[in-house]
Amino acid sequence: MIIANNVTKKFGKLIALNNVSVTCNKGECIALIGPNGSGKTTFIKSILGMVVPDSGFITFNGKNIIHDWMYRRHIGYMPQIGRYPDNMTIGQVFNMMKDIRSVENSKPVDESLTRYFGLDQLLQKRMRTLSGGTRQKVSASLAFLFDPDVLILDEPTAGLDPLASEILKEKIKSEKEKGKLILITSHILSELDELITHVIYMQEGNLQFHKKLSDLQKDTGEEKLSRAIAAVMSKKQ
Amino acid sequence: MKKITKYVLTDILRNKIIIGYTIFLLLISLSLFNLEDSASKGLLSLLNIILIIVPLVSVIFSTIYIYNSAEFIELLVSQPLRRKQLWSSLFIGLAGSLALSFLIGIGIPVIIYAATDTGYILILMGTLLTVIFVAIAMFAAVFTRDKAKGIGLSIFLWLYFSLLFDGLVLFVLFQFQDYPLEKFMIIASAFNPIDLSRIMVLLKMDTSALMGYTGAVFRDFFGTNTGFIIAIAILTGWVVSVFWLSLRKFNRKDM
Repeated sequence: MIIANNVTKKFGKLIALNNVSVTCNKGECIALIGPNGSGKTTFIKSILGMVVPDSGFITFNGKNIIHDWMYRRHIGYMPQIGRYPDNMTIGQVFNMMKDIRSVENSKPVDESLTRYFGLDQLLQKRMRTLSGGTRQKVSASLAFLFDPDVLILDEPTAGLDPLASEILKEKIKSEKEKGKLILITSHILSELDELITHVIYMQEGNLQFHKKLSDLQKDTGEEKLSRAIAAVMSKKQ
Repeated sequence: MKKITKYVLTDILRNKIIIGYTIFLLLISLSLFNLEDSASKGLLSLLNIILIIVPLVSVIFSTIYIYNSAEFIELLVSQPLRRKQLWSSLFIGLAGSLALSFLIGIGIPVIIYAATDTGYILILMGTLLTVIFVAIAMFAAVFTRDKAKGIGLSIFLWLYFSLLFDGLVLFVLFQFQDYPLEKFMIIASAFNPIDLSRIMVLLKMDTSALMGYTGAVFRDFFGTNTGFIIAIAILTGWVVSVFWLSLRKFNRKDM
């Protein structure tokens, strides 16, 4: 579904992505793992077209994303730090997004997450008055709102309270069962165990490996993802 | 594109600074027309104020607005929208609302007190200057991520077009005063929208007789209908080319 081909991106001297090639297919739930600054967010942003690669290309359903922009209607994106216009209310943000995406999307909107998070009680609140956690809830609800085929979640549970992150994880699981492609980055490996099918490990802009979770468990002899990754990291050193 | 323009326009028109700017222009033009004994004198005073204030307010307000919409831009870039649409909507929203302020603040009083050819040209030039300086502001804002640098750059560009450019032209004139420089002056005026607007309005006024030999050359060239069309084409060219440059930069910008 998403194919990245030798994608390279430099920010000045820093090489954020170095010849990254990845193929992601429908029905997979992929964890993007790596230390801080390893290029995970840059990779996600280049899939979304927010970052333009220096060389290499990315295709979505066989079309190069540089010449296409409609493909983004198939993607729900939850950014690491959701930034929203300060003087808009939650309700206005939701209405604006529905308005923008209404033309090409005749599917009914999926407001279940908004309800579970209790955001429908807060629609009059201005974005600047929201706490970090509530912002994350807004980002999550927007990502799931249009029932997209691909979900890209950048640190989805960072800043969420235990109850909310449980709700979100349940939601991710149910979407995964519908056969959607899900990309997650997270540093809390223990919460990924029950969600993911594949692992992509990145370091300093390089793709270290892209494996099935079961293969990784077999190779390292560890059952838990956190221990398996630790085993890989220590072997590398 | 209409939808996003609608959001940008409603956001800007609610902005207190835009409302204040409209009232400020209205007060200036009304008081000038009431202070001066003849409407054409009022127009002359108004011209000098328009050439300084309108570009300054347009350029600074637009730069700050673009930086303050960083979140809005970032949110929409990840949505199924063309970047071109987003950037054009911002441009239309900014240019439209600032031009509307200008038309209310200067246009209406001019039509009431001095509905002459000079008055109409003054309104037309002011509107074009507004749009040009919105484009310049968007160019400055897309160039750097740092807000302070961006505002500094746009103020410098304003300073260049209002003061420094004239200084440079004068310097060249004095250095080469033994040579015929009439053609050079006409070409030079095309490189500064503020100068070109000033010439276009002054040519319609009686005071153009005071501009000496160069004034006569300008009158020969820009005073005709063809000259007028050329001047409008040059000013439109400024809008299109500066906006196109900023759009090209924005299309490749990393969020």
